[in-house]
Amino acid sequence: MSVEAREARQPWILLSPALSAVALLLFVPLLFIVVYSFWLRTATGADQVGFYLDNWQEALTDAFYRDILLNTLKIAAITTLVCALMGYPAAYFIARSKGNKAILLLLLMLPFWISYIIRTMSWINILGVSGAFNSVMLSVGIIDEPIQMLYNETTVILGLVHFLLPFMVLNVFVSLDGIDTNLEDAANSLGATRWQAFTNVTLPLSLPGLAAGGLLCFVLGAGTYITPLVLGGPTDAMFANLVFEAIITQLNWPLGSALSLMLLVVLGALVLIYNRYLGMAQLMKGLG
Amino acid sequence: MGWNLVRIWTILVYTFMFLPVAVVVLLSFNASQFGSFPMTGLSFRWFVELAQNEAILRAFRTSIVLGLLTAMISTTLGVLASLALVRYKVPGSNLISTLLIAPILVPEVVLAVALLLFLNFLQINKSFTLLLLGHVIFTLPFVILVVQARLVSIKRDVEEAAMSLGASPRQTFFQVTLPLMLPAVLAGALFAFTISFDDITGTLFWKPGGVETVPTQIFAMLRNSISPEINALGTVMIVMTVGLPLLGLAIARQVAKKSGG
Repeated sequence: MSVEAREARQPWILLSPALSAVALLLFVPLLFIVVYSFWLRTATGADQVGFYLDNWQEALTDAFYRDILLNTLKIAAITTLVCALMGYPAAYFIARSKGNKAILLLLLMLPFWISYIIRTMSWINILGVSGAFNSVMLSVGIIDEPIQMLYNETTVILGLVHFLLPFMVLNVFVSLDGIDTNLEDAANSLGATRWQAFTNVTLPLSLPGLAAGGLLCFVLGAGTYITPLVLGGPTDAMFANLVFEAIITQLNWPLGSALSLMLLVVLGALVLIYNRYLGMAQLMKGLG
Repeated sequence: MGWNLVRIWTILVYTFMFLPVAVVVLLSFNASQFGSFPMTGLSFRWFVELAQNEAILRAFRTSIVLGLLTAMISTTLGVLASLALVRYKVPGSNLISTLLIAPILVPEVVLAVALLLFLNFLQINKSFTLLLLGHVIFTLPFVILVVQARLVSIKRDVEEAAMSLGASPRQTFFQVTLPLMLPAVLAGALFAFTISFDDITGTLFWKPGGVETVPTQIFAMLRNSISPEINALGTVMIVMTVGLPLLGLAIARQVAKKSGG
């Protein structure tokens, strides 16, 4: 073999283990569940191989699934909005702070490393009947009876915000950090107030970071299923809970396949729209 | 004025992030037999109980073995792929990068279902292997992102200098490139370990009956109520997941300093 031919083959040899892993463990299984979603669960508990539209019909027309899907998207949207409102000013502060940016950023990333399940359940210690909030309020005498604040949609959103906020801050920070501060000074010297310089110069330039953070918060929030189990009430199931129910509890794999594909299509469409306008490179900056 | 508002807002955001975690640590030293307020005194008894809880210790062993194997496999695959993408002109490298990152973009529940059903179809039942394969596939993108970012900043010149002095490609890789990229390789491995150690969504789909990792064990314990033992376990986890990466970071810095990177 010539040197050139060997040189040309080299990268493919290096890439092949990772590419085969992704192909065999992600793409082939995804194609497989597309096929599976057309099979049929029979009364005997065996799956009938074939091309049946029953699962799709059920998944797409049953109001139960539709309502939970819409509710899931609503919860994800509110979570994203709250993350943006809380995270943007914090990211701005870190990016423009005169102190040690790295330390400030690291501090905010610490909770990101703390176990998700621990962080989720930690809110029970704060908001539970015998939690920190009630304990303080009782001892100060503001309330006479402990208030039950847990296990509703609001606490699900709270838990999700706590989980996803670092993603938002990191993405906005990366974006703000890349903006030349001279631009704001230039706007100021041309007569803009600090607020005008921010809204007309800095904010528009940081929108890609905000969009990247927003996409991550939305997609991760909409795909969650532990948070509603730990912090939600009996009626606060999100779409991923339905998938788990169908697959693990009822062992109705064809229906579970159809439901997971529905979630994939809805969230995938968002990722594609995002990619069309902003490109994946922006998203990778914040992740890496 | 405006800046002070931003400052106060930021302090509130940090408080929001840290308060619940601080309360977990505080309550884990509660002498009371309930994992809640009011506190009746300070005590280490829950940590002692924890150290004697056979189920939790087993979960720890499972999680550590799983995390180490995941880190080893996905770091190896990730380093090889990053080398190819950064050091060679590969046709369609943008597409390839996107394909390799794809596991992050697919909702974890969907990835979990797809992998579970597919391997089951191949008659590979739920097992530790399935758990391992699942963890590898969704930690791989993170390793690639971290290693690639570092590799881009290592100049090709040093490698070419080594080659022009007579080093073989293999020698160049092991004596020049690898030491320079070591901090990123360690960071990638640590990242993979931490993500694997923390994962619960995929793990609940993939784990065979009777096998628990630390997060699924905590989740199962939460079914009853929040016990002081869970808070103690939470504290141990916090020390591990915050302490280990910080230690890793410090080591990586030292290594980087010594090798002049």
